[in-house]
Amino acid sequence: MIDSLRFRALAFAVSAAMVASLGVAPAGAWEPTRNVEFIVPAGTGGGADQMARMIQGIVAKHNLMKQTMVVINKAGGAGGEGFLDVKGAKANPNKLVITLSNLFTTPLATGIPFSWKDMTPVAMLALDEFVLWVNADSPYKTVQEYVAAIKAAPDGQFKMGGTGSKQEDQIITVALEKAIGKKMTYVPYKGGGEVAVQLVGKHIDSTVNNPIEAVAQWRAGKLRPLCVFDSKTLPYPDKIAGDKSWADIPTCKSQGLDIEYVMLRGVFMPAGVPKEAVDYYVELFKKVRATPEWAQLMKDGAFNTSFMTGADYAKWVENEDKRHRDLMKEAGFLATN
Amino acid sequence: MESIGDLLNGFAVVLSWQNLLYMVIGIVLGVIIGVLPGLGGANGVAILLPLTFSMSPTSAIILLSCIYWGALFGGAITSILFNIPGEPWSVATTFDGHPMAQKGQAGEALTAAFTSSFVGALFAVIVITLAAPLVASFALQFGPAEKFSVFFLAFCSFVGMGKEPPTKTIAAMMLGFALAAVGTDTVTGQLRLTFGSTELLGGFDFLIAVIGLFGIGEILLTMEEGLSFKGKAAGINPAVVLQTWKELPRYWMTSLRSCLIGCWMGITPAGATPASFMSYGIAKRASKNGDKFGTGEIEGVIAPETAAHAAGTSALLPMLSLGVPGSPTAAVLLGGLLIWGLQPGPLLFVEQKEFVWGLIASMYLGNIVGLVVVLTMVPFFAAILRVPFAIIAPVILVICAIGAYTVHNNSFDVVMMLVFGVAGYFLKKCNYPMAPLVLAIVLGDKAEEAFRQSLLISQGSLGVFWSSGLVATIMSLGLIALFWPFLSNLYGRILTPAFRK
Repeated sequence: MIDSLRFRALAFAVSAAMVASLGVAPAGAWEPTRNVEFIVPAGTGGGADQMARMIQGIVAKHNLMKQTMVVINKAGGAGGEGFLDVKGAKANPNKLVITLSNLFTTPLATGIPFSWKDMTPVAMLALDEFVLWVNADSPYKTVQEYVAAIKAAPDGQFKMGGTGSKQEDQIITVALEKAIGKKMTYVPYKGGGEVAVQLVGKHIDSTVNNPIEAVAQWRAGKLRPLCVFDSKTLPYPDKIAGDKSWADIPTCKSQGLDIEYVMLRGVFMPAGVPKEAVDYYVELFKKVRATPEWAQLMKDGAFNTSFMTGADYAKWVENEDKRHRDLMKEAGFLATN
Repeated sequence: MESIGDLLNGFAVVLSWQNLLYMVIGIVLGVIIGVLPGLGGANGVAILLPLTFSMSPTSAIILLSCIYWGALFGGAITSILFNIPGEPWSVATTFDGHPMAQKGQAGEALTAAFTSSFVGALFAVIVITLAAPLVASFALQFGPAEKFSVFFLAFCSFVGMGKEPPTKTIAAMMLGFALAAVGTDTVTGQLRLTFGSTELLGGFDFLIAVIGLFGIGEILLTMEEGLSFKGKAAGINPAVVLQTWKELPRYWMTSLRSCLIGCWMGITPAGATPASFMSYGIAKRASKNGDKFGTGEIEGVIAPETAAHAAGTSALLPMLSLGVPGSPTAAVLLGGLLIWGLQPGPLLFVEQKEFVWGLIASMYLGNIVGLVVVLTMVPFFAAILRVPFAIIAPVILVICAIGAYTVHNNSFDVVMMLVFGVAGYFLKKCNYPMAPLVLAIVLGDKAEEAFRQSLLISQGSLGVFWSSGLVATIMSLGLIALFWPFLSNLYGRILTPAFRK
């Protein structure tokens, strides 16, 4: 309540023109009755946080919802804090959470008691891609050259930087090590932007940054993408850096590195919410996805724009959960307790 | 100079009535946000960010960055008046600012704080204007080892400077490190010291600890000492600003040094909080009134405020040119840039000239507007102390509780704040210094993370901290600072006749 009051007070102060106007709403259907909390199980400034704030902005700008959407970061315990909050808010239809891969990895790596089954799947908004990056000054122009160099060096000499520990970046690194047959040194950092800059500064040898985390440095000619960890190349033919586009980056698989990984950017709700509420939010996100701002974000971040809801989405999440369990087990990342 | 021309174009962009209006609104909101502990610049900017999507990017960043400046200014107010730091970087301001208020010099302390903030920010903006590309490439040299060395230097320049026994200082610092270790270990991804409690998952937030240790602790102490503020007698004096200004030029050396420390810490990017601590520590060593620090020296207000503002301002540079935020608030602004369709990074300065130089011009104007706004309010702020304690104390308690709740929207934090408050009271009674404890909480996990990243990269060799000229220099400076009392003592003895015998 405090939050909502302050929000309104500040909103009012900023500009009278922006005071919430009561606008469009489909008649008769379920609607949120108070402010909708949008939980981000990660810190401010990261990919999930940016997406959540973008959605908040789009909803406000296009008047897609009568109530206000409030973004709240609960990053503690590798996001466990945020998921536990949602788990504990049973049947509360005014709470949403955006996910990263920590939906799967955090309970496995830390033993924090939650699972995606404690929540209601709403919609997959997009999938985030991973690209293997090296410094543009390095001699490696292709994946094969880089892999050969790692193979020729002693274990642990090549350093891979990534976001967090026992999360998506390190999972990919372990898969890479397995495919190559050599150990790398994995150095965990707090945020993706920092990882990209550490690579520009040559403190590490490579990264598996998401496109949006590294694109600015690529355009400036500081980084070089080697391959993308998806099953097909990215569908964005606009020139980004020199005459290169996202579509020009080959898949890792086509380069002999058989690793595929994409990260869920999806939305969940607490368990036990009415079906009408889920349907309402599905419709809301469909409207969000139809805006030009969203299209621009997808393009800027070279996202995979898959959209899923209902049973398809739940099934996808279940498969992905199983896959992460296997990957984490193989990597020895499971919590011991 | 090409950049001067660009800057003038920037001023042309900024100097519209609309943008000036946004500037004033931003500053006032920022001051309010800065006064409320816990709300913080980062939260304030995050809350308002979505409202700016329909503005032009230049107007939006002017509004948001002015909130940021306002919060930087506002943080000093409660630190000085009530010993409650509104923002993490104003903790060091309480050390001398609050004693000044107790002596009836609240107006002087506030004027010094605001003016120093302005000087620090102005210095940093000039650095950004003239040396943006150079500074960006310098920041690139900072890997984990270099970062650790900066933290090391911050700790060392602060150790051994209190009047308290060194063992108590070390005990307080160790307690701070232990509290900082609670939560998730970023290097292994494991939970530490949470004892199975879900409440402790996020660790102890620095702000909660500070609100409790300082705010609640102070109220408990005041209650014990007779339920009244010592600074009550201070009259309202509209001329206080001018009188203080006459004194300030005397401390130009402290200001300059603090500006340099602030810029350095902002760019590297360690942030405004360590900058303020480090600057205070060094000022205490360097000043001939060093012994009196902590009892209400105006220099002890100038040093941390100048450095904090210089750091807060220069922290925006790595954000714009590298895409790496130098502070939590900068991180939220960074998200805003992306949403407005601007891509922070090396090309921003080339592709979005109007935006970048508009922002830099707004830094100049925003700070001038900010200074005028806050200085005119000084007598009113100082007059708050005339309100009877019985009325103001409950208000402070409520503000503290709201602040603690707001940090994570978590009511458990309010309980933690009260626990810290009681702990703060006993620590103070037992003469344990609070500053090293706070410094360790705020920098402990960052320093640990950088240390372990360095060792991962060097595969376990400590030599990494002497592996390049840059890191070796900073580490050596740290060691010198650490042993300075010992060294100066030795030096003194060599010079005294007694020793010559």
